[in-house]
Amino acid sequence: MTTITTRGASRRGLLAAGGAVLASGLTRPAIAQGAPLKVGLMLPFSGTFAALGENIAGAFEMLLAEKGGRLGGRAVQVVRLDDESDPSKAVQNVNRLIGRDRVDALVGTVHSGVVMALVQASRERGTPLIIPNAGNASATRDLCAPTIFRTSFTNWQPAYGMGLALARQGVKRAAWITWDYAAGNEAGEGFRDGLRAGGAELVRELKLPFPETNFQPLLAQIPGLNVEAVGSFFAGGGAVQFVREYASAGLRDRVPLVGSGFLTEGTLQAQGAAAEGVRTALHYGDGLDNARDRAFRAAFQERTRRTADVYAVQGYDAGQLLSVGLEAVKGDVSAERELVAAMERARIDSPRGAFTLSPSHNPVQNIYLREAKGGQNVVVGVAAEALADPGTGCRMRAG
Amino acid sequence: MSGLVAQILNGVQYGLLLFLISSGLTLIFGVMGVINLAHGSLFMIGAYVAFVVTGATGSLWWSLPVAILAGLALGAALERALFRHFYHREHLDQVLLTFALILLFEEGRSMLLGNDFHSVAVPAALDVSVPVIGGFSYSAYRLAVLVACLLIAGAMFLAIERTRVGSAIRAAAEKPEMVNLLGLDARRIHMLVFAVGTALATLAGALAAPLHSVYPNMGNGFLIISFVVVVVGGVGSVAGAFWGALLIGLVDTLAKAYLPFASGLAVYVLMAAVLLWRPTGLFARA
Repeated sequence: MTTITTRGASRRGLLAAGGAVLASGLTRPAIAQGAPLKVGLMLPFSGTFAALGENIAGAFEMLLAEKGGRLGGRAVQVVRLDDESDPSKAVQNVNRLIGRDRVDALVGTVHSGVVMALVQASRERGTPLIIPNAGNASATRDLCAPTIFRTSFTNWQPAYGMGLALARQGVKRAAWITWDYAAGNEAGEGFRDGLRAGGAELVRELKLPFPETNFQPLLAQIPGLNVEAVGSFFAGGGAVQFVREYASAGLRDRVPLVGSGFLTEGTLQAQGAAAEGVRTALHYGDGLDNARDRAFRAAFQERTRRTADVYAVQGYDAGQLLSVGLEAVKGDVSAERELVAAMERARIDSPRGAFTLSPSHNPVQNIYLREAKGGQNVVVGVAAEALADPGTGCRMRAG
Repeated sequence: MSGLVAQILNGVQYGLLLFLISSGLTLIFGVMGVINLAHGSLFMIGAYVAFVVTGATGSLWWSLPVAILAGLALGAALERALFRHFYHREHLDQVLLTFALILLFEEGRSMLLGNDFHSVAVPAALDVSVPVIGGFSYSAYRLAVLVACLLIAGAMFLAIERTRVGSAIRAAAEKPEMVNLLGLDARRIHMLVFAVGTALATLAGALAAPLHSVYPNMGNGFLIISFVVVVVGGVGSVAGAFWGALLIGLVDTLAKAYLPFASGLAVYVLMAAVLLWRPTGLFARA
């Protein structure tokens, strides 16, 4: 198990490493152009999210390979660390990357609890951080910082797109069903805001404790709500079961089920016929008709023998964004102001379609409307064009 | 009104599934005094048996006898190799043993079958929605599970109350020394109870697989709620597990439907109240 290697940090080792970091931070030695630039990939390589971590890391390394293994003129060394999606080990893992491995930049992670340790470290030590998945709003809202960037989404964004698309189709009343935890509630706010923006109303929120899967008590309430659609945020195994139970409760044909894209992301095969026709919104999908995406998917398949998905795209774009920043400072990460400024201005030519970054460093991107057809989330339109997260509560120094 | 009827049906169905899991837990504790934390893992094993057998044969039906036989064999083997040596040890030792079993079972599952989520197809004959009430449907399979749980509960009641083996088990649960006085072989009874308790958990897992999907650590949530059932019903009492499971199933379901702000709390408040009122549980023999 990978845990064995993470136990290496003794107290003395930590102190020494901490001292070394402090010293290097104080003296800011001139960058030896020969020394490789170290990028820490803190991602889940085991556990429930292992496939997501592998795709993010695989795509990031593919971008590196395309650049000849060099960013901003410096050779790049990737340090992979398995965070196991375990929040209780998160701080120790971040300290290990920064203290012992002396990484110059961080990329991570999937789990929104674990990412908080990375956010904290980036805020305190100024190590550049690019978040390639975790969608918790606070990383680019109240806890935003100049050195923290995201190439994925906020939970608010896809759900906002879904709510807006529903309202534009003429739906007036909708309900929301989710787990009662941060991601589900943030997505619920997005859904409500999207419905409102289109003149519709969220009449009821149904919640159950995370990660329970006894959905029946909630489903039985839906016929009595008099709504025209039900929006939802579930992921993984919970999403599989929810979509199947929604269908077997006889609700699918009477009250259409929609959701934030994760409802049907990587789960369609297990959901089977129950998911057919379910509409979701996400910043990526199958059958995006652009050459960039086709080339990316072919190259990723060729290199990793895995199928590209939204996670691979987010990992690839984390590499692209870091590349833009490092080109601007010729590989000198200590030039923080210039590095950040270049990344803020970046226009990323992503397989999902080009995107820029909002003032709080989150992608301003199209949210696509997708429909589950034959095991694919086929893009059928754009739910919200160039959508930015509101970034509420983010206060960064200007420039 | 129709909503309430649907919710009561939901509660009964959930409660009966909880009964299948917690009856084995309470039997094993009642007869052997062992706190088996790995009981949830046994439930998980049953669900994975259903996943594998259904995948191989194309039908869930085969997985039910396989889950029962696997449960009996696994339970007997665990009893013979491990638990037998722990009956007279402290509860802390038993907790350590059964916690280790959880880790072993999870790691074994991870190595053999990976960490993915899987769903298990409902048998084709029962893959239809039956309109229940007020525009809310029930899958025929869910109703079949409800009936199956009732039949199993009835069979258990008859076996325990009306057969010689059943009376020996009751004697073992109430006064362990009685068993030897009566000239019965306590070791055989222990092995039988452990095997049956395990088979109940694996059967519950197999029956639940199409309803709850199959995924790593799926037993943990069920283990905790089953402990609540056992404590509320009275430790060691199968009748207590039955009524306790129905009560917990109904309270949990109705709280989710009508008191959503307290839904995660309701069953634990109920448990605390029962413990204050009757510290040995609702059905414990005094």
